[in-house]
Formats: sequence, C-alpha cells, structure tokens
Amino acid sequence: MAAARLVALLIDPAQAGTVGPGAWTEILAVARAEQLIGTLAIRLAGMDLPPSVLSVLDGARATALEGRRQALWEAEMGRRALAGVVAPLILLKGTAFVAAGLDAGQGRSIGDLDILVPRPMLDVAEQALLAGGWMWVKPDPYDDAYYRRWMHELPPMLHPERDRMIDVHHTILPPTARLSPDADKLIAAAVPLGNGLAMLSAEDIVIHAAIHLFADGDLSGGLRNLWDIDRLLREFRNGDETFWLKLAARAAEHDAEPVVARALRLSHALFRTPVPAAWRRATATDRLFIRRLLARDGWGRGTRPATRLAFYVRSHWMRMPPALLARHLWIKWQRGAAGG
Amino acid sequence: MRHRFAVRVGPIGFRVGSEWRAPIAALQALYRDYPRLDGVPDFTVRLEASRPWRRWVRPSVTIAGDYAIPDAAPLPLRHGLLAAEMGMNLQMALGQRRFLLLHAAAVARKGRAVIMTGESGAGKSTLAALLQTRGWRLLADEFVLIDPATGLVHPFPRPVSLKNAAIGVARAALPDATFGPLLTGTPKGDIRHLLPQPEAIAAMTEAVKPMLLLFPQFGRAAETRAVGAGEAFVRLTQASTNYVGLGERGFDALTRLVRDVTRAAIDYPDTASAAAMIEDLW
Repeated sequence: MAAARLVALLIDPAQAGTVGPGAWTEILAVARAEQLIGTLAIRLAGMDLPPSVLSVLDGARATALEGRRQALWEAEMGRRALAGVVAPLILLKGTAFVAAGLDAGQGRSIGDLDILVPRPMLDVAEQALLAGGWMWVKPDPYDDAYYRRWMHELPPMLHPERDRMIDVHHTILPPTARLSPDADKLIAAAVPLGNGLAMLSAEDIVIHAAIHLFADGDLSGGLRNLWDIDRLLREFRNGDETFWLKLAARAAEHDAEPVVARALRLSHALFRTPVPAAWRRATATDRLFIRRLLARDGWGRGTRPATRLAFYVRSHWMRMPPALLARHLWIKWQRGAAGG
Repeated sequence: MRHRFAVRVGPIGFRVGSEWRAPIAALQALYRDYPRLDGVPDFTVRLEASRPWRRWVRPSVTIAGDYAIPDAAPLPLRHGLLAAEMGMNLQMALGQRRFLLLHAAAVARKGRAVIMTGESGAGKSTLAALLQTRGWRLLADEFVLIDPATGLVHPFPRPVSLKNAAIGVARAALPDATFGPLLTGTPKGDIRHLLPQPEAIAAMTEAVKPMLLLFPQFGRAAETRAVGAGEAFVRLTQASTNYVGLGERGFDALTRLVRDVTRAAIDYPDTASAAAMIEDLW
C-alpha cells in the first residue's frame, strides 16, 4: 500500500535503495497529496537514487526551501504590522517550526501564517493588520459572523500583494468545543526567539499539534500533522528526561489528556516514535484513525469514503453542541444547494 | 486507475490515468511518435468523473492530479483529450520548479532559439507551427522551459494547440503533418492539435541557447521595435507562472535571459513577413 510505503521510507530513508520504479511513482504521488514531498526530499537528500526520482525530489526540495523563506518573511511582515500591539509575536504551527529551527520544519510545506494574540488585543490587532494591507477573504456575512461568534480565530485575512493568508487565533480550539485549552497559559509560557517572534513552550507545541490533529479537523492532512508530532517528540525528549512527565502534567492543565495520549500512541504505532511504555499500546479506535490516515492510493486519490465521512461528521460533532451543529450544517447545506 | 498512459516530452515525464478508455486512446494516437516514459513521472494527471454516476450518465470529466484548481469546470467526455492536455498544462503551471516557465512558444535553428511571447491571440502558436515550413524546428508551444543553472532552453515540444481559424491555416501550410481529432464547441471554440515535425521530437533532449526574444503581434503592418531589458523583464515576470515560486533562482534566470538575448516587438501581417523580420534580427 502506497501510503504505508511512504511512512516506512520516512522512518528509514536507508530503504530507498530497495524501492522499484513503480513503487516510487506511487510513493511520490502520495507524498505530494499528503504535503510530505518536501519532507521526503530532505530526508532522502544525498542518497544515490534513480535520476527521475532525484529530479522530482530536487524540485520538491527547492520548493520547500523557497516556501520556508517566504514563511519567515511573512512572519516578519506580521511582526512589523503588529509592533506596538503584541510583542513578541507568537507563531503557531509550520511557521513556528521553521522560525525556531525545529526538525519538524525540515522540508515542511507552510501555507498560512498562524499567530496567537491575547483575546483582549484582538480588535486592535485586527485594525493594525487591516492598516498593514491585509484584507478579508470571506465577504459572506453569515461566515463572518459565524467566525467572530463561534471560532477560535478571526475570519482569515489575505495580503493581496504577497498573496499570503494570516490566521489570527485567540485560542487553539473553538469555544464550543468539548475541550477547553487555556489560552492565557499558552501565552504566559511562550518562548521568545530573540527576534521579536516567539513560539509556544515545547509541551504546548505538542499539545497544540495533537489538538489540531484530532479535535479541530476531519484528519485531512493528518499524516503530515502526525509526522510533525513524531519530530517534535523526538527532538524535545532528547536531553530532557523529564519531558514526558511535563507533557503529561501540562496536558492535564489544558484538559487535553485524551488527545495527547492518542497522539503519542498513533505516533508510536505509525512512526515508531520512542514514547514511554504507557503510550505504546494502540486501541481499537486508534486502528480506525490509522486506517483514515493511510487512506490514499498510488494515484494520490483519497480512498475509503465511508471512513472519511465518519471522520468529517466526527470533526464537526466535536467542535459544536448538537443544536449549533444542526443549524450550521443546515445553513451550509442550503447554501450548497442554492449554489449548485 | 483503469486506463493509463505515460509519456516523456523533453525533460518532463507525465502519467495520465482515466476512468474512461477514450481519452487514453486519443492520447496514445496523438503522442504515438514520442518516447515512452522510462522511470518515474514528474507529474500525475487524473481524469475523474465529477460525481460517481457521471462516469456513465452524461459523462463529465474533472481534471485532477498532483496539482488541481478547486472548482475547475468539468468537460464533457467528447473533450476528454482536451481535459488531458489541460491537466498536463495545469501540472506544469502549478507544480514546475526545476525550470523557469514562460508562457511562450519557441523555435530553433542551428542550435539557437527564438522565444516568442505575448497575450493569447498574438499568434505565437500559429507562427511557431508555420515557421516549421521555413527551416525552423519547433521547441515549444504554450510553455518554454529555461534551466536556471545554465540559462538554456530545454525543448518541450508538446502537440501545438491550434484554435479556430488557425486550424485551416496550418492544415493548408502543413499538408503532410499529423493532426489530432477536431474538437468542436470547447470553451475556447474549435481546437485541433498538430504533431510537431519528427525532427522536433527526435531532438527534444538537446538544450538550446536562447538568441532572440520576440513579442509578436499578428494582423498589423510589418514593423519592428526594440524592447528594453527592463520592459522585457517585467513582461516576462507576468508571462511566467512560477517566477515567484522559484525565488532568487527565478530572478537570476530571468535577468540573465533578458540581458543575453536580442529583444524586439514585431507586428506582422503574415508568416512570410515574420520569417523575414526574424532573419533580419538573427
């Protein structure tokens, strides 16, 4: 199976010498579809591979390096626009990984700039970004009002000159979600990077990545997000014997123990992450998650539609109380029917 | 996918998978003179039904692949070949990072290339096709590939996509050439593909030094005007789909290109005039 072969190659790049041309074609298609091709290219750098494989990987590596440069520049643009409003500027997800030089940033594709702003500063930050040239991309009043009332971030904004989006978070999960991580604690523990930028603490980065993976989406892009978690765990546990204890304690503070535990179990099951024994045993539900994470064929197509649908419904179920969910899906469905 | 096709065009390998046989059969006919793909493709294109039942009922082809545009309108199955060609173009436009891509046509003679760029309708495809009758070898239609490391043009001689009146003009000028099926009623009117002459395909692995950069405009009295490096640079940044994505490599490649070539805008009433003007600039 193509997705499983990609996973095996990410874990152990030395296997690359044994992959045949047909399998390469499928692995590269899955890696593209899962946005892991840059990561794969960096992992396999310097290896003796067939010329056509090298040529695809060279292109992917160049794309990842340019993406990294653009992401860092966008973070700097955000910092300048918000100077005097928030300092240092707290980066989330991919941009934080590259700004902090973490392994998880190696070859990672980075889309939007995600930042975390204290809720009381949200209005001022919004005005500062509008003054800095960012614009709304959701002109629809329902969507706009929905974001402002129910979401953990402002409606997305775009900088038209650079064609880059910014997501301004005030916490890391919608207020309607069953979990309630503590945004004040995230901000208080953030680690300055020395250049006006900051990242979350090591434990909070892992917790955010786990929440992002399991509680804030339908697992599309999940394989890449789980790879992030594997890299983060391996890097943070190195040289810090107490990391696992601190992570468990912090997960409890954020009311996020189940998702963090699942992240550790799945990371160990798929990427052989060296986690403590308590997190090494995959449950029956974990196996469903793995089934979903690997649902991709050698043409890059999503497979297993029933599993996908189940996770899609689950993602909304976790984010909203039933009545709100029903209302939201009804409005979205009507809009889809009217548009189609 | 059930039906599949793989081909190499210049330095780029494609594989196309389809839920229907017809588009694959059409591709096999159109690319019959091209080498088979050995090794791993650079890009995957998928031709899929827009809804499961649309595979059989009013078949509707959605273009997907490594790279896709959300909400791209599907095409009817009788335009399946066009969907495949558009799918390949889309992969190049969105995913190509090894070469600087210029939306342009190119021909070569004696190992030197002429790059012709301009708005759609400027006549660059037709001009490139017809110059084949005057001792020029087709290097590329639609996409010209510049290697950022060497500055050389790498041939990418896909079948030339002729539209509307250009179809008849090319048929008359190239009576022995091979054409694909006539596709009528497409979003761009009538489309018919012209196979490049055999020598263009035979020489498609040989990179060529660019000599002349032309901004042609069909349908006007013959006139040649020099184009400054700065103007050429700006026009080419707009004609490139991946200039920004290449970062510094793109800037360096484009700066070098406009500096090293002769640059001119030409207005031309017919191919003979254009050929003469190119000879003069050469």
